[in-house]
Amino acid sequence: MLADQPLLDLGWIGAHAGDIALRTLQHLGLGAMALAVGFAVAFALAMMAAGRPRLLAPLITGAGVVYTIPSLALFAALVPFTGLSLLTAEIPLVLYTQLVLIRGISAGFAAAPPEVLEAADGLGYTRRQRFLAVELPIAIPLIVAAVRLASVSTIGLVMVVTLIGNNFGGLGLYIKEGIASFFPTKVYVGAALSVSLALASDFALARLERRLAPWAESHRDVQPGASAALAGLDPIGA
Amino acid sequence: MEILTATIAWLTTAARWQGPDGIPTRMLEHLEIAIPSVLAAALVALPVGAWIGHTGRYAAVAINVANLGRAIPSYAVLAIILPISLRFSPDLGLSVIPTFTAMWLLAIPPILIGTFAGIRAVDRDLVEAARGLGLTEVQILSEVELPLALPVVAGGLRTAAVQVIATATLGAVVAYGGLGRYIIDGIARNEDDRLMAGVVLVAGMAITAELAFALLQRALVPRGLRRVAVHAEPT
Repeated sequence: MLADQPLLDLGWIGAHAGDIALRTLQHLGLGAMALAVGFAVAFALAMMAAGRPRLLAPLITGAGVVYTIPSLALFAALVPFTGLSLLTAEIPLVLYTQLVLIRGISAGFAAAPPEVLEAADGLGYTRRQRFLAVELPIAIPLIVAAVRLASVSTIGLVMVVTLIGNNFGGLGLYIKEGIASFFPTKVYVGAALSVSLALASDFALARLERRLAPWAESHRDVQPGASAALAGLDPIGA
Repeated sequence: MEILTATIAWLTTAARWQGPDGIPTRMLEHLEIAIPSVLAAALVALPVGAWIGHTGRYAAVAINVANLGRAIPSYAVLAIILPISLRFSPDLGLSVIPTFTAMWLLAIPPILIGTFAGIRAVDRDLVEAARGLGLTEVQILSEVELPLALPVVAGGLRTAAVQVIATATLGAVVAYGGLGRYIIDGIARNEDDRLMAGVVLVAGMAITAELAFALLQRALVPRGLRRVAVHAEPT
């Protein structure tokens, strides 16, 4: 019985270090792939919708509706169509990144003050130069903030993929097996590593932001407000 | 679309709407865990959010703790609590306690951050003016800050409620009932119609809650503040 087992069996952890590393990498791989594809899609959509509120509003509404669908339901809904393939895991993960990313990236694109854009135009920048040299750098803090939120939520959502099938691997499998075989150690290893992965990716992206946009440090004060503005953007059902 | 007709057939069979595994029972179970956990979260998050928003003290700590909470997936919380709660009660410890705790923890960050951000966003000049008029700190909070913050506070509650309704699906993993039962059982028994019916019901309930809360949020906000409400919504 689950209640009779020791909560943490260190011997088991030592004996399964290789397997634990493998599942951690699988977990990271599933999450990173979704984040990369999701970012590319959201960036393209946000660029298309830049300065076109009529296009942006339905995009965000659509992404919002997807966001409301519980993750277990969305993964499960694909099983009859795509079976237990990688697509079944990745399609929902990518879809769930869209709301945070499209909002964050578009907010970033809209963050350049009009007088700055005019100054760039006055200096003779082409549309493309202005985008790369002015608008993009100004957008970086908001874009990175969105990617950080998306990375934390995606790593959490990868846990749920396991409930659909065992073949995806990942850390969620330890939780599933731990519950099924009444072995708490597996549960704690899976949970602790998943949370560590989420925090590590958040931290790494924060470092990246500091490197990409060192001037944004002065915006630290704004951070709680900024993260609050994005607070409606938690993953559903992670 | 064979699966579509099968799902519709499953949902429209009279027997599915009665008994302990019937749709009304599962819906009720779902709400029985969702509503108390959101209320319990509001009981903690509203006062704490209001206090840190009003004083500005410990704001960074509270926001970071709330953000940290979001890094812990509910599925993990369920699983972490399960072995411990089973030691206390083999009955409630299996289903209700882990599900309730996970949903309670899930609901706290959006309510806390929404309340904090709403109150912080209130024009500091207004607060100073209220102080100058001789209002006590409690009066400032209850008569100036909270009414103005209401749209954002309600937004946090809405996010929390919709997330909890959506995520309570996972309760089925630890033997709690609710609509997730159909999905988990559908996978286990390889019954795609049951699985898809569960998907439709859960998604329907979450989207209905989102819409209902959007209407409620509008109704709650005084007419004079509606323009503020639009303003406060992130684009």
